[in-house]
Amino acid sequence: MLSADIEYYRPATIKAATELFFSLKGENKRPVYYSGGTEILTLGRLDLIQPGALIDIKAIKECLVFEFDRNNLLTGAALPLTYIEDANLFPLLSATSMGIADHTARNKITLGGNLCGQIFYREAVLPFLLCDSVVTIAGQNGVESLPIGQIFNQTFQLAEGQFIIQIMTERRYVDLPFVSIKKRQQWETGYPLLTVAAIKVENQLRFAFSGLCPFPFRSKEMEDELNKAGLSLPERVKRAIGHIPGPVLHDVEGSSEYRLFVLENTLNEIIIELEGR
Amino acid sequence: MAASPPQKINVSLDVNGETRNVAIRPADTLLFILREYLGLTGAKPGCLNGDCGACSVMVDHTVYKSCIMLAVEAVGSKVTTIEGLKDSPIQHAFIENFAFQCGYCTPGFIMNCHALLKNHPQPTYEVIKEWLSSNICRCTCYEEIQEAVMSVIEKRE
Repeated sequence: MLSADIEYYRPATIKAATELFFSLKGENKRPVYYSGGTEILTLGRLDLIQPGALIDIKAIKECLVFEFDRNNLLTGAALPLTYIEDANLFPLLSATSMGIADHTARNKITLGGNLCGQIFYREAVLPFLLCDSVVTIAGQNGVESLPIGQIFNQTFQLAEGQFIIQIMTERRYVDLPFVSIKKRQQWETGYPLLTVAAIKVENQLRFAFSGLCPFPFRSKEMEDELNKAGLSLPERVKRAIGHIPGPVLHDVEGSSEYRLFVLENTLNEIIIELEGR
Repeated sequence: MAASPPQKINVSLDVNGETRNVAIRPADTLLFILREYLGLTGAKPGCLNGDCGACSVMVDHTVYKSCIMLAVEAVGSKVTTIEGLKDSPIQHAFIENFAFQCGYCTPGFIMNCHALLKNHPQPTYEVIKEWLSSNICRCTCYEEIQEAVMSVIEKRE
């Protein structure tokens, strides 16, 4: 429960939501967009965030679509993760999603909430990074669609008042061979030591990572090394590790040395599976 | 300067088949309203962080942790708490299989198991495991809880 009083709104259209945001902001009411709300409630309870008004986007129909539209799969930001898993239109996304939190929590956690959360794992972004998806966002200047590579750099680079409506993924990607592995320190529920998702596109492997650095990422440099089929597998992995684009996490889930050890083994495992060795 | 009184809104909640009119703050969680305003203390406060599952309730056909859900989000839906279950097979199965010790987590586990069996009448072992991993029992009755679920499934067969 939030100790401070807040206002709650549930607009039915994108335009109403963005207009409400700027109207509330003009009144200094500290508006935030709200979907599943799990992070807002847990951080708010500890007074780590102080929203003054919640704009719930769950009544906006564009945020709730999960369907193919010609050659693209549209995935709405307000969909609960378990809804996405049950429909299973995008098996890699389902598999990655199932590693997040626990089943009941995922009934509440939405795709957009995971993508835009403060928690640094945000594993739901990995499939979209791998598939060069296109992100549709709304803001003060209306609706626009941008390649994920253009709008995601460690986090979604959203301007004030913008929110994600849905993500478009080309149909040709959604049924490709994939691996999604979540390694935990122990047991099968909880924060990851490391999550790696990979797909095989025209005999090239793509990799995206969460839990390795303080942000999820896909690295072309690492992929280039991991795809050098002329080199031995250990050499490919060793070279790829040299291109990790940030500090390796060193925390209660595992030391940086242990994470690298697990990463090395996980990359070996994935390559062997996807290359069919 | 004195603080202004909390801004409340009047809402109707459908809880266990009854319409309950209550004035809530939009910041109030469903768990808080159930326990403090509606006198339904079956859903238990545990971690208050969405981790332990002691506060699990059903909203329509879905199980939620009521500590990470605003009460205002439940307006227009049917809320079912442990008080709303009467003679359900899983309640009997918990007793028959000794699936609790201190009992604090039991309402949450029962609501989750009840939702599981409603949504998946013949769940696989993997599905049972996935759903049950949402709740924590510090008395470690996990084996007995799983047996309780299995016994309901077996009786259906």
